[in-house]
Amino acid sequence: MKKTISYIYVGLVMLFLYLPIFALIVLSFNEAKSMSVWTGFSLQWYQELFHNRLLMSAVGNTFSIAILASLIATIIGTTAVIGLSAMRPKSQNVVLGFNNIPMLNADIVTGISLMLFFLLLHIPQGYGTILFAHVTFSIPYVVLSVRPRMNRKTDRLYEAAMDLGASKRYAFRKIVIPELMPGILSGFLLSFTMSVDDFIITYFTRGAGINTISTIIYSQVKVGIRPSLFALSTLIFVIAFVALLVVNFKSNKEEEVA
Amino acid sequence: MTIANRRWSIPFLVWIAIGTIIPLLSIVYYGLTSRTGGLTFQNITAILEHDNLQALGLSLGLSVLSTLICLIIAFPMAMILANSKYGKQGFLIFVFILPMWMNFLLRTMAWQVLLERNGVINALLTTFGLPRQELMNTPGAVVLGMVYDFLPFMILPIYNAVVKIDKHLVEAARDLGAGKLKVYTKVVLPLTVPGIVSGITMVFIPALTTFAISNMLGGGKINLIGNIIEQEFTVNTNWYLGSGMSLVMMVFIIASMLLLNKFDKTGGASLL
Amino acid sequence: MRRRLISLVLVGALMLTVAFTFTSCGGGSNGELNLICYGDYYDPEIVAEFEAETGISVVQDTYDTAEELYTMLANGAVSYDVICTSDYMIEKMISEDLLAEINYDNVPEIVNIDDLYMEKSAIFDPGNKYSVPYQVGYAGLAYNKKMVGDTVIDSWDDLWDPQFKENIVMPNSVRDAFMIALLRRGYDMNTTNEAEIAEASKDLIAQKPLVYKYANDDARELLADGSAAIGVVWNGEYSYITDLNEDVDVIIPKEGTEFFIDSWAIPASAENKDNAEAWINFLCKKEVAATNFDYLYYTTPNKACLSLIDQDALNNPAIFPSQDALRKCHSLKSMSTDVMELYSNYWKKVKAN
Repeated sequence: MKKTISYIYVGLVMLFLYLPIFALIVLSFNEAKSMSVWTGFSLQWYQELFHNRLLMSAVGNTFSIAILASLIATIIGTTAVIGLSAMRPKSQNVVLGFNNIPMLNADIVTGISLMLFFLLLHIPQGYGTILFAHVTFSIPYVVLSVRPRMNRKTDRLYEAAMDLGASKRYAFRKIVIPELMPGILSGFLLSFTMSVDDFIITYFTRGAGINTISTIIYSQVKVGIRPSLFALSTLIFVIAFVALLVVNFKSNKEEEVA
Repeated sequence: MTIANRRWSIPFLVWIAIGTIIPLLSIVYYGLTSRTGGLTFQNITAILEHDNLQALGLSLGLSVLSTLICLIIAFPMAMILANSKYGKQGFLIFVFILPMWMNFLLRTMAWQVLLERNGVINALLTTFGLPRQELMNTPGAVVLGMVYDFLPFMILPIYNAVVKIDKHLVEAARDLGAGKLKVYTKVVLPLTVPGIVSGITMVFIPALTTFAISNMLGGGKINLIGNIIEQEFTVNTNWYLGSGMSLVMMVFIIASMLLLNKFDKTGGASLL
Repeated sequence: MRRRLISLVLVGALMLTVAFTFTSCGGGSNGELNLICYGDYYDPEIVAEFEAETGISVVQDTYDTAEELYTMLANGAVSYDVICTSDYMIEKMISEDLLAEINYDNVPEIVNIDDLYMEKSAIFDPGNKYSVPYQVGYAGLAYNKKMVGDTVIDSWDDLWDPQFKENIVMPNSVRDAFMIALLRRGYDMNTTNEAEIAEASKDLIAQKPLVYKYANDDARELLADGSAAIGVVWNGEYSYITDLNEDVDVIIPKEGTEFFIDSWAIPASAENKDNAEAWINFLCKKEVAATNFDYLYYTTPNKACLSLIDQDALNNPAIFPSQDALRKCHSLKSMSTDVMELYSNYWKKVKAN
């Protein structure tokens, strides 16, 4: 009984989270350009999508920025955690306080502050400034994901390896990195997702001539969104869905075997 | 014996300084400068003008409401997930990460399709012979959008707090004769407080400062403080006033950081 | 497990990036053309056609408001070869020496543009030296014949009719909203008189409880699906709406309305001026203009393409208004910062109340 109720509850919350997504997927197959009138099934928006170069370059920008930003953020965040472990607890807390600023700060304030900063230094806004901004808001996610793995156990393993005659470098590569790996990977995945989904910060730090998927969508909120954007998002969503499903299914199986 | 040298964190410290601290100082600089140059506090005291104060009040009201709703929905969800075999990594990805692959703006706009006068929900209501509801362009629609967009940020920290609770503590409490209710109120709930506080800040701040959600679901009739700031930057090009208003927002952000610090002694680990 | 997940995500994302970067680089032997235009304002197919024909590779960009484009050009941070923007902005840019004169020797297809629109265009661009008209349109009053019943709709005042409470859609931008309120009172829509602006803002505040939504282009959605009875749309939306809902009509109110000419021009800082002229020439071709007409449904100033387009559309007064109707239409003019601030402040009051 209790189980049924909790299943229903989870089901309802999932319905709430996925209902709009489902609606968009349906609309991407609508023949009309309308968001409210269904006139028939059609694949024309998927065709148009691949002919729209503006959109295609926005997709390229979105994903290349996401990859670069999350790679840079992962490296900086991970080395930060390693360096932090050598600090006194008090200084650690101060540094972590600063680390939390971009996470807790309102996106609009982060975006505006970066925009004004670039402006004051006369840095022309474009690909580079978006990338810089994305690295900035991604680092905290990496730090917070990796830090829990940098614990006493990691320290002890490292010491043991050194006692057994491993060189510093060898112990670091063979012990520390693998110990941190799960944290590094989830930090990377989080940064990547946040970067792809970000709108507000990109909106304020982008310059002329560069668009991401989000900024194209926002510019079309005013002129009426073309369903090719629904088609694009549906494709990305389905790819992500399948990838996550496959990996999850595999890992569940592996866990069962083990 | 420690693994590495403090110097490893230098790139990080430099990045924080250039990417976070200095930009925030540039907001302070603009916020305290008048349009004609020179120091002024007018951009900040402008918040006391009737229109701005009203927008701030409305933003506070709607964001508090949506934070509460998120909390009420998220707490049982986190409990169930943490106590079931599906509550492992995999399921969390579906709750937390996957929806983000459908663009934020489109996800929010999709509610328009569902809530409009001739939208999906009203179509369902009329098939069942029920009267149509006015759902769009209301404060309710904006709250719904906020809850929808930020709910995962409430579920995740609470879930993480619940998972970390030592099962032995619960068992010990039971052995000592505590009833179910008592176990929850005296053991489980206090231990999830850091998660709850993190969740609250992760939902409240973005809800308070949003402009996209109110634009899309409020029909231009719900004027939040985020809308005012955005308008100053994009339409009115009065960056000084916009910066002043952003500084006012900083007050709320700092307050929530202090609150978080009080409950979370791990340096922000409860945020994720 | 998660290592595999990450590598999957990485590989997938890399493939996407590479694939999209390749498709987005058309590659051309005759140099580049950096263009910027309002979002979704030409058929995307014509870009590939242009590239195939000229060997010029096109880099596209979009913007939202004319003011945004102005800021970019005035700051000189970026360089575009060709821009498309609205009448009043062309006027402002000419006065600030931001545009280059067009060499019409490179634009032989200009003969296709109707003299009527060249004359209208000469009002803000004397001698047509700097710009070529691209799309023309007006803000029309759209209404659902079934929903308004016996009421005759012919005036902006109908947007204040209490019987349409919660069924009215108003524009969500300062100038357009004030244009309506000012014209309704019989004032100039380009007024700089604060008393008139204040009065208009009071009217807008009084109207607010009747308004269902302040919308820009989604006004067409609300009219198309029968959610709203009356609203303001650009005439380019006419075919879109009536294709979905036959009961809707679009008229020019008796007080007149806002009329726009969006034109192509070449910034003074353009690096590929010849390519820019090739692009403008290409857009003036009748086949291209017809393709764009089928995509946008705005009034086209290109008289040569009229033979190629649907005759029903041609005879439709909503898409091609009569000369008489056009005489009642005027363009919005560019405002000084002070006056614009006046409008913004009153608009803020409207929104806050």
